[in-house]
Amino acid sequence: MEEEFRGGRPQLFDFITNGRDWSDKGGYGAAEEKNLELRLGLPGGEDWSAVQEKREHPAESAVSPGHIAKIPKSTNMSASSGAKRGCSDAVDSKPEGTLADKTTFQQQHLQQQQLGFLQLQAKGKESLHRTSGSAGLQSLEGKVCGPHAAHASSTKNTTATHSTSQSRAAAAPVVGWPPIRSFRKNLAGTAKASAESPNRRSEAEKKLENDRKGLFVKINMDGIPIGRKVDLKAYDSYEKLSLAVDELFRGLLMAAQMDLLAATTHSTIETHLISGLLDRSGEYTLVYEDDEGDKMLVGDVPWDMFVSTAKRLRVLKSSDLCASPLTGRNQEEDKRLLNWE
Amino acid sequence: MTYFPEEVVEHIVDFLGSHRDRNAVSTVCKAWYQVERLSRRNVFVGNCYAIRPERVMARFPWMKSLGVKGKPHFADFNLVPYDWGGFAQPWIEAAARGCPGLEELRLKRMVVTDDDLELLARSFPSFKSLVLVSCEGFSTDGLAAIATYCRGLRELDLQENEVEDHGRQWLSCFPDSCTSLVSLNFACLKGEINTNALERLVARCPDLRSLKLNRAISVESLNRILARAPHLVDLGTGSMMVNHHTEAYHRLINAFLGCKSLRSLSGFWDASSCCLQAVYPVCVNLTALNLSYAPAIQGDDLIKLICLCFKLQKLWVLDCIGDKGLAAVASTCKDLQELRVFPSDIYGAGTTAVTEEGLVAISSGCSKLNSLLYFCYQMTNTALVTVAKNCPHFTRFRLCILDPGKPDPVTDQPLDEGFGAIVRSCKNLRRLSLSGLLTDKVFLYIGMHAEHLEMLSIAFAGDSDKGMVYVLNGCKNLRKLEIRDCPFGDDALLKDVTKYETMRSLWMSSCDVTLGGCRALAAKMPSLNVEIINESDEADEFQENLSDLHKVEKLYVYRTVARGRTDAPDFVWIL
Repeated sequence: MEEEFRGGRPQLFDFITNGRDWSDKGGYGAAEEKNLELRLGLPGGEDWSAVQEKREHPAESAVSPGHIAKIPKSTNMSASSGAKRGCSDAVDSKPEGTLADKTTFQQQHLQQQQLGFLQLQAKGKESLHRTSGSAGLQSLEGKVCGPHAAHASSTKNTTATHSTSQSRAAAAPVVGWPPIRSFRKNLAGTAKASAESPNRRSEAEKKLENDRKGLFVKINMDGIPIGRKVDLKAYDSYEKLSLAVDELFRGLLMAAQMDLLAATTHSTIETHLISGLLDRSGEYTLVYEDDEGDKMLVGDVPWDMFVSTAKRLRVLKSSDLCASPLTGRNQEEDKRLLNWE
Repeated sequence: MTYFPEEVVEHIVDFLGSHRDRNAVSTVCKAWYQVERLSRRNVFVGNCYAIRPERVMARFPWMKSLGVKGKPHFADFNLVPYDWGGFAQPWIEAAARGCPGLEELRLKRMVVTDDDLELLARSFPSFKSLVLVSCEGFSTDGLAAIATYCRGLRELDLQENEVEDHGRQWLSCFPDSCTSLVSLNFACLKGEINTNALERLVARCPDLRSLKLNRAISVESLNRILARAPHLVDLGTGSMMVNHHTEAYHRLINAFLGCKSLRSLSGFWDASSCCLQAVYPVCVNLTALNLSYAPAIQGDDLIKLICLCFKLQKLWVLDCIGDKGLAAVASTCKDLQELRVFPSDIYGAGTTAVTEEGLVAISSGCSKLNSLLYFCYQMTNTALVTVAKNCPHFTRFRLCILDPGKPDPVTDQPLDEGFGAIVRSCKNLRRLSLSGLLTDKVFLYIGMHAEHLEMLSIAFAGDSDKGMVYVLNGCKNLRKLEIRDCPFGDDALLKDVTKYETMRSLWMSSCDVTLGGCRALAAKMPSLNVEIINESDEADEFQENLSDLHKVEKLYVYRTVARGRTDAPDFVWIL
């Protein structure tokens, strides 16, 4: 059983704490103490309704600049916090710091979540952005309402959302919530799997283990000095990976070509897709390094096997593939072919 | 000043066990600092990046026992990227060079490789105890090295680690001359092990008191093991899959009958209700029981088992125990001090779960309760107020309402008052985790009343920066603050920057802090490492172009005397 950490808690060094005297700090002077005095409203002279209004019209909107992460995991998290403010936005102002009338609150909730649900369906993928607070709300609601739907018998919940939420499909889970270790999350599932056969059990658990990590591997492209990282778990087929690679590098390739143009006198830029990565028909070919350190062509093995063994990806010029170290090519080319840095 | 012989100081200091006392002694004067550091045997480093390992070894050359913690707590819930850091290697290398007399090592949430384990095994001739908690990065090969080279090993305790399975032979690496094992825990290993080797090992270690098997160990094997080690005090069973009418089952009953010293039971993987009867004979003496890996044990069978365990002090269960089961616990386990109720089915259609009723029942029956971890779908303020009244001795109170931001279902109010009652009543509260719908008010209460609070975990709570400021201002003993998905921004972060020097660490993810705010913090406080963890691809490339307004995904701030980190991956920026 997990035990409390033996050997005591205190820090190795306590010099800093010893030198610090709370009463000296401005942070706890008499004025502050007055501020912390418990009253009906919030201290600092504000009363609760003022706070409600603030909540209703937040100075900063749910749209926040500069943080649109593509990766579903992180957007789920940020979306859910946007959703939290979305909840507050929906609250009507009332004195005494109580929440708005239940039905209004939940009706607004419902509208937003239905909107969000449709939006999600249209997008097809779980790429929630912070801008669409309602979509984020939907993901939050997914967690909120999902268990409600499931636990009809266990809760004495009589809220309006209860019946409607039962008809909703499960939505994207919030990352890191509930706060339990991964191996506890699918206890019921792995128990069933193991009942059938021990081999399948370890596979199921292994899969869960891999799912947890999100498989980010480095990917470099010939001619581009800066590499990228790609999450293999985000794709379920070679085609999708190939498209993603094209998207990742197309812009950089263009930029690199433009640099080249500045040095030469060619007059046109070809903005072509990076295609034919998998079938060696294109200018570039996708290869990977597996867990044994060997360089392999992408596409030979089943997708799942590829994901579990691929450690690194590289987009090589197809012309370089023909080279074997044993032919008469020069040493520089060999080094470049074998060198992954 | 009159002469006060150092030998006398040394003698007196020897009586001091606690780190806090020893730290205090070491600041009195240079002479006392020297005496203390040379006599310190147990060293604990709460954050592996707070100090360089070499400094620790240099200061405490006669250290016998070292404990180090790596990743922040939220790493347990996948909020910290896989290769963030927390490497054990520099610690083991430094200890190998500076403190070869090391006997015990305890690592938590660190990355440990097979090479590290091999170095460990070869470098410390008196090594006795290795405890790894929530670590990763090693395989059974590393364990083989430990088994092979650690003569006189007493304890190998692997708790909830991610261990790669490279085969079953590691256990056979314990030489025949190894007879010193007292505690062996490999419950977290997923692969098969050599059961013959295990049985022989158990047979030749007469001092073995704690043995925790993994799921791959069958009941047949357990029977043989128990036959050879009837004086076990702490047992983690392997797979308890057994049919009622088999010989194996009967032997199991006899085996448990023979275990007169058994006080703690865990494991129970794949256990079905019928196999529970086998453990009835030991229930009467049990002080600790962990059934949290056994979702198949439900309802009445669980209650029948619990009703026999009237000496129980520690109970870990799944929420399929239900409110009714918790009521049974309340009426039987009057000595209960620690209760953990885990969710059994968070995605699917669960049939039973626990509610506030179960918790209230527990609180009225188990007044000695001081540590709680409770997952449920709803909680009411009234229930929390009742719990606070019934159980004023809580030191750890962690409540997780599975729906983020859910209000009291009866009154539709936030749970401010409920948690407020807890912090007012439980004067010795050291650790608190909040959940449900919460406004800034709850933080006001915490700041005002939770004087001894050392660790606070907040998720989806609060209305404004005020919330965070109440906590930072009020909780004098706060050491760890971890926040996710709350509307706290730069104003709160920068309100009292020197506070962070008194704390071990601050974690904020999906809040409203901006890059500008973090830069300001880093600029004002060079004694802190301000880490930004940014996983999105674009940010990787355009670090310099990000404006101060850019919202920070994950922020980890900690005090340190070792400025910066040399091992930070490229997605971690230390400002």
